[in-house]
Amino acid sequence: MVPLVYIPPLLKSLTNGQEIVEVSGKNVREVIQAVEAIYPGFAARICDGDDLRSGLAVTVGTKLATNGLREVVDTDSEVHFLPAISGG
Amino acid sequence: MAKKRIVTTTINGKETQFLCQPRQTLLEILRDDLALTGSKEGCSNGNCGACTVLCNGKAVNSCLILAVEAEGAEIETIEGVAPVDGLDSLQDAFLQQAALQCGICTPGFIMSAKALLQEQPDPSEEDIRFNLAGNLCRCTGYDKIVRAVQDAAAARQQV
Amino acid sequence: MASTSYKVIGTRPIRHDGTDKVTGRAQFGADIQLSGMLFGAILRSPHAHARIKSIDISQAESYPGVHAVVTGTDLPEQQQKVAHLGEGDVNLYHLSQNVLARQKVLYKGHAVAAVAADDIHIAQEATQLINVEYEVLPPVLDVLEAMQDEAPVLNDDVRTDSMAGEESKDPTNVAKHYFYEKGNIEKGFEAAHVVIEREYRTSTVHQGYIEPHNATALWNQDGQITIWTSTQGSFMVRQQMADLLKLPESRIKVVPMEIGGGFGGKISVYLQPVAALLSKKSGRPVKLVMDRASVFEATGPTPGSYIRVKMGADREGKLTAAEAYVAFEAGGFPGSPVVCACMCIFACYDVPHGRINGYDVCVNKPRSNAYRAPGSTHAAFAAESVVDEICERLEMDPVEFRLKNAAQEGTRRVDGVQFARIGMKETVEAIRDSEHWKSSLEGKYRGRGIASGFWFNVGLKSSVTAMLAADGTVSLLEGSTDIGGTRASLSMQLAETLGIAAEDIKPAVVDTDSVGYNDVTGGSRVTFSTGIAVHNAGLEMRRQLIERVANIWEVKVEDVQYEDGKVRGPGGKEFTFRELAAKIHATGEPITVKGTSGSENQAGAFGTHCVDVEVDPETGKVDVLRYTIAQDCGTAIHPAYVEGQMQGGAAQGIGWALNEEYVYDEHGAMRNATFLDYRIPTCCDLPMMDTIIVEVPDPQHPFGVRGVGEVPIAPPPAALVAAIYQAVGVRMRELPASPPRLLHQILQR
Repeated sequence: MVPLVYIPPLLKSLTNGQEIVEVSGKNVREVIQAVEAIYPGFAARICDGDDLRSGLAVTVGTKLATNGLREVVDTDSEVHFLPAISGG
Repeated sequence: MAKKRIVTTTINGKETQFLCQPRQTLLEILRDDLALTGSKEGCSNGNCGACTVLCNGKAVNSCLILAVEAEGAEIETIEGVAPVDGLDSLQDAFLQQAALQCGICTPGFIMSAKALLQEQPDPSEEDIRFNLAGNLCRCTGYDKIVRAVQDAAAARQQV
Repeated sequence: MASTSYKVIGTRPIRHDGTDKVTGRAQFGADIQLSGMLFGAILRSPHAHARIKSIDISQAESYPGVHAVVTGTDLPEQQQKVAHLGEGDVNLYHLSQNVLARQKVLYKGHAVAAVAADDIHIAQEATQLINVEYEVLPPVLDVLEAMQDEAPVLNDDVRTDSMAGEESKDPTNVAKHYFYEKGNIEKGFEAAHVVIEREYRTSTVHQGYIEPHNATALWNQDGQITIWTSTQGSFMVRQQMADLLKLPESRIKVVPMEIGGGFGGKISVYLQPVAALLSKKSGRPVKLVMDRASVFEATGPTPGSYIRVKMGADREGKLTAAEAYVAFEAGGFPGSPVVCACMCIFACYDVPHGRINGYDVCVNKPRSNAYRAPGSTHAAFAAESVVDEICERLEMDPVEFRLKNAAQEGTRRVDGVQFARIGMKETVEAIRDSEHWKSSLEGKYRGRGIASGFWFNVGLKSSVTAMLAADGTVSLLEGSTDIGGTRASLSMQLAETLGIAAEDIKPAVVDTDSVGYNDVTGGSRVTFSTGIAVHNAGLEMRRQLIERVANIWEVKVEDVQYEDGKVRGPGGKEFTFRELAAKIHATGEPITVKGTSGSENQAGAFGTHCVDVEVDPETGKVDVLRYTIAQDCGTAIHPAYVEGQMQGGAAQGIGWALNEEYVYDEHGAMRNATFLDYRIPTCCDLPMMDTIIVEVPDPQHPFGVRGVGEVPIAPPPAALVAAIYQAVGVRMRELPASPPRLLHQILQR
């Protein structure tokens, strides 16, 4: 089992239409780098330097991550990149 | 600017004199000059009721009364409601029923409810809703406020 | 899973700040009086869209009694930079322009200049002496018109941004495009037996808090700035101030006053930086308070919207596909909650195939802001209305439909994420089993409707400090401003953790220098997240008490048990909390602990509402006869305030559904900027509101709390229009379903 990265629909052009990419990595940063290695251009849409792009959040499993790129990813975790939301 | 006037009133049972410009509202004088900030300003045009005080026993929007008009009047504000050693049954009922959330409208509701219970000691739910319709609350949906007034009415009947 | 072992949680103590609030002693933002204080007033744009050619303040400056006049040029210039405000991001360039306009005004009421004077009347008069020369531009007020190529463009720095990068080369009003997809939408619709596609519109509506915005600032001679203000986030005010004024945060202290309602609208700064600038220029403290018209015209209402929804279901009533196009009016600057609408719109259901497009669009209306479950009410109105039509077409009971399609743990949303443990189904079951649903509704022109709604609820960060006093009470310092009783809900969690009475906790909301960092009071997070911080503080206090008592008894720490507000040791040794507290000062260091939170996020919450209405076919007026709210609250800490949130949220949703809207003329001027004409529900408009607290505990919180505040605003519009349809046979697809609009539909039928 390896982490499953769900590709945001608007970025599927970078992954030849692939919706889910299986890569290995211990944390979100490594997972992004692993996708980047296969599909160049991906990381630039997700990261700004060593941070997530502003307005972006990452979900690992069912849980919204609080550690950004350092969030630990289990071998069978789903990783989703979503807009950050707040509330009233 | 027009000359300032001296106005003599009774506020919360105490004779009070103040100086005001003719354009100043009673609410402005209460809040800014007399430090009675329990009456709140929500709209300044009589729509929200947060500034409700009793003027000669009747509930009025103090933002719609000019301070000079208070000459000779008997004014009661939220600061005058509680007895020295406790709370009025209305205040108590608001707390027991959790009839407030943010609390900005609460003084106005208590003043309107007080005027109502003075006139109608045993109001129906419809009476309560009709008489409090000039006070806006954005937090509670009014359910607990109406229940609090019902409870206070019952408590007053028992005394 | 009943809270069998709780002593404090689930009870209804009197709130700690209650007496101050019923006696008028509570100090709200506008109540502050400072020595030498000046009063300020703001000059606002009379135009919805104009270029500022010049501003002449010389006459105002020399007006007797005036101490300072400021304009946009007094604020430091901002580059395009996004600030992370914890609860969300904000573009500082736009925020600064919104606080005081520079080159352009983008909505009527946009702040242009400000005056500080001896009293409010002089300040107001002086603003009229400021001479602003405008080049008036045509406004664009409608979201779909603003998306057209030929529409006037508000901001020349805005391009359509998306996950894939910029989608437009030229300046545009379409600031953002969001896109979600799951499965194969075409296949999904092919499998459907019934497909319904409808268009919906909602008007701009306001949070309508009764307390206007306010800020009092002192820019002291030593350069330290203090702001007294009512806000949902004192630390957010500090950060926005620091960014806007380009000062270190340490120079700014924010003192949160009692807050008279917020609902999302008191997070962004409006007056605070202006008051600071006026104080700096005058050398005196300056108080600014908005009038009601400015609150409507110049703060952050929730957007008007256009939503197109298409949903399909098979013969058995299983959803096969759902598609939405959602466009929100961001107002003058980008940043509507359209993305939240996109993520909420089908969240109540298990949708096998889905597609959602969302657009954030600038129009010449005030810059929109969060309003209770931002975007979710718009979304629920559209999606739940389509669901109601599907049920009608399939001749299926709407409760049965919802039970069949309800999202549950493991359901994958259209945005891809799977739900953790949630209680959507349970809220529908609660309505199904309610007296209300089981009762029959008789009479002409009467109808019943139900609808469900969802909100994420956030986690974010909190800090608290707890201090043990020798008399056995505990002071609790918190930084989460208390809008609806969170002093009580937090004190109760600390009391439960320590095994003492809620009344023995003394909570205080303190300034930004006096407690650790706290994110905003928003996202239904305080009872959840600050609750975790409070629980952590309680656990740490227990640890220290055990250590202390082990030392007193000269036994091992492992041999001391903390239970039920007592410590017990070997040989029947025992102290009550109070007995132990009395010994603290004589036996060692004071016990002062902290608690923090920030690594948990909530699983989301659902509500289902049921409403009976009677429609007057002569006038189009809708009377709400009966209302029942079922909501998953995780664990209700203080049930009375939980009920209050449910009732109050529903009341706002009812107002949105039946009356509230910004009415604009063709020049972009709001024509109803008073509480008389922008009509929020009064006492006479509502019945008693029945509540059913459903408790599906969130395992991420020690007591199972889920946020309560936001969910209940989402279902009412959809439930009401479903009920109206049953009553008079017309489907209202435009909000509000106000008497003139509804009557028009009835007459057209």
